Amino acid sequence: MSGNEDLIIVKNLKKYFQVGKNETLKAVDDVSFVIKKGETLGLVGESGCGKTTCGRTVMGLYPATDGEVLFNGVNIHGLKGKAKRDFCRNAQIIFQDPYASLNPRMTVGDIIGEGIDIHKLYSGQKKAEKIQEVLQMVGLNKEHASRFPHEFSGGQRQRIGIARALAIEPKFIVCDEPISALDVSIQAQVVNLLIKLQKELGLTYLFIAHDLSMVKHISDRVGVMYLGKLVELAPSGILYENPLHPYTKALLSSIPVADPIQSKSKNRIMLEGEVPSPINTKPGCGFVQRCKYAMDCCKGETPELKEIKPEHFVACHLLK
Amino acid sequence: MSKLLEVKNLRVSYHTYAGEVQSVRGIDFEVNEGETLAIVGESGCGKTVTAKSLMRLIQIPPGEIKEGSEILYKGKDILKMNQEQLRHFRGAEISMIFQDPMTSLNPTMTIGKQIAESLIIHRNMKKKEAMNEAIKMLKLVNIPNAERRVKQYPHEFSGGMRQRAMIAIALACIPKILVADEPTTALDVTIQAQIMDLIKDLQDKLGTAVVLITHDLGVVADVADRIQVMYAGKIIERGNTDEMFYNPKHPYTWALLQSVPRLETGHKDSLYSIKGTPPDLVKPPIGCPFAPRCDYAMEICKQEMPEATIITESHQALCWLQHPNAPKVEVPFGIGGEN
Repeated sequence: MSGNEDLIIVKNLKKYFQVGKNETLKAVDDVSFVIKKGETLGLVGESGCGKTTCGRTVMGLYPATDGEVLFNGVNIHGLKGKAKRDFCRNAQIIFQDPYASLNPRMTVGDIIGEGIDIHKLYSGQKKAEKIQEVLQMVGLNKEHASRFPHEFSGGQRQRIGIARALAIEPKFIVCDEPISALDVSIQAQVVNLLIKLQKELGLTYLFIAHDLSMVKHISDRVGVMYLGKLVELAPSGILYENPLHPYTKALLSSIPVADPIQSKSKNRIMLEGEVPSPINTKPGCGFVQRCKYAMDCCKGETPELKEIKPEHFVACHLLK
Repeated sequence: MSKLLEVKNLRVSYHTYAGEVQSVRGIDFEVNEGETLAIVGESGCGKTVTAKSLMRLIQIPPGEIKEGSEILYKGKDILKMNQEQLRHFRGAEISMIFQDPMTSLNPTMTIGKQIAESLIIHRNMKKKEAMNEAIKMLKLVNIPNAERRVKQYPHEFSGGMRQRAMIAIALACIPKILVADEPTTALDVTIQAQIMDLIKDLQDKLGTAVVLITHDLGVVADVADRIQVMYAGKIIERGNTDEMFYNPKHPYTWALLQSVPRLETGHKDSLYSIKGTPPDLVKPPIGCPFAPRCDYAMEICKQEMPEATIITESHQALCWLQHPNAPKVEVPFGIGGEN
C-alpha cells in the first residue's frame, strides 16, 4: 500500500533541554529516519527514551536543537506565517491521555470545529456537515456534537481526539500512545479504527507506543528507541522475527503471553535495572550498563546506525 | 490447602446523583493459603470495588455494603469488625498495593518512615529497629543502595522503584494475603515483567496468598493458580488457569482472550474487539448482562440470568450455552485446545 515517495525525512534530529546550569538533557540525540507516503512507522521504547519528544519535534511542537525535518521536501523548522499554517494543516497529533487532551468547557462540536475555523476551511452549514461527517467516520453519532467531553468514556474520548485530527483533512498524523490509557478490549477498537481510516484516506502515521504487540500490528516499519537514540529500525515482520540489537531482544521477550504453557516455557531475557538518566550522557552506547554482551569498545565509542541487512538498520558494536 | 478468606454473597452499591450504582452484585469466592487468585475484567466491572471490600476500604457513604454480605477471614467477619479491630487487621493480615505508585505514596514522608510505620504499629518495634527492618525490606524487593534509599522521598524514585517500595510497605508485616490492584498497569513492559517476577518470588519466600486484579489476561498466564472473570458486578466464569486458557466456556472469556494482541497475528488484519460497552449498573439488565454484546445471545439470555454450570470441581460458568438444550457452539479459532 505504501508508495515510494518520502513524505517525511528526518535528518540528524536533536532536541536538548537545558535542565540546570551545566546539565543538558538529550531527549532526542541524532535521530534520522524517513516515513513514506501512506505507511505507518512505529516508534517503541521504555518511558523516558525520548519517543514522545521525537514525535513532537517532528510535528514542530518543539523547536529542534539541531537537524532537519523535511515535509514534502521543505524543512518545517523555521517556517513562518502562512507556510507554517499550511504545514499545520497537513500534520496533526493524537495525544496519549484522552482525559487531559480535550477542553472540558467546549462541546465536542466546538473541539472538532476549532481547527476548521483556524484554517478557514468551512463555515456555517458546511462546517456543521463536516463535523457530522468526521463524527460518523470515527464511529460516533452526530448528536454527540452538542455534548461535553465528560459525558464520554475513555475509548469514545479517544475517538473524539481522532475526529479532531481528521477534521482538517491532514496527510500525516502523529499518534502519541493513543491506546495506552485504554482497556485491552477498547484498544483493539481504536487500533482497528486507525487502520480503517488509513486505508480509506491514505493517511501516513507515526505511531508511538510502548505496547510492542499493538505496534507490530499497525506498523509497516518499526524503530526502537533507547536513551534518545534509534538503536534498531526494520520492517515490522523482520524486527519481530529476527531482532538483532540486544535491547530489542530483551524488550520483545518481556511481552506477556496469554498462554500458560508457552509463557512458562518461554526463555525470558530479564533486563536488570532501569533506563539510565538522559542528563549529561557519556559517550558510548547508552545500553552498555544493562547489556550482557558489552565489550570495551561499547563504553568509549557510540555505535552508528548501520544497514546490516537490506532495510534492517542496527546500532550495535556486536554487528559489523 | 486451607481456606483463608471466604466471600459470601458480597453486594456493594454506590449512591450517586444518577441513582444507585450496583457495582458488585452478589459474588462468592474464596482465597486459599499461598495461592494466586486473579480477578480479570474490563474497567467498571467491579473488580477494584471487590478488592477494596476485602480491606474494608469502601467509603461509606457514598458506598454501601449490602445486608447479607459476608467476608470471613479465618472465620471472622471483616464487615462486622470495629475500627480498633480493623486497625490490627489491615496491614498485618491483609495488605494492598495500588495501581498508581505515583499517587499512593505519601510525598511528605521518607520511604523508610512509610515502611517503618506499620512495623511500629503492628509489631511493636522501636524506631531504630523498624528502620533496620525497612532497609532489609528494600533489599528484599531488589532496590539497590537500600541504606541510602531508605532516607529518600518518593519523588526521588522512578515509577518501577515506587511500585517496589509499595510492595515493601505492603509486605513489611508479612501479611497472609496481598491484594494487588492492577500493580503493573502504569508501568512499562520491561518493568512490568520485573515486578511480576518479584511478586512471584516473594510469594515463594513468604508464603503470602496474592489476589491479583488486572484487565490483561496476558499478565496472569504464568502467575495465577486460579482465575475468575468478572463482568457487570458478577463472576461469570471461574476455573484454574489451564481450564480458563484452554477450555474457556463463557463467550465473554473468549472475547477477552481474543482481544489480547498476539505477536503471531497477521499484519494489519482487523483485531478482534468486543463491540459496544458494558451495561449501565444503575439499571442492571434482568438477563445475562453480556447478552447485548454477545455473538451467541439467544432469546432466554435477555430474560433470565443463567445459573452456574459446574463443569469440573474447580471450573464453573454462568452461561445459557452450557444448558443441555442449548445449541452447540464452536469455540472461536485461536483460543482453547486447538492452539
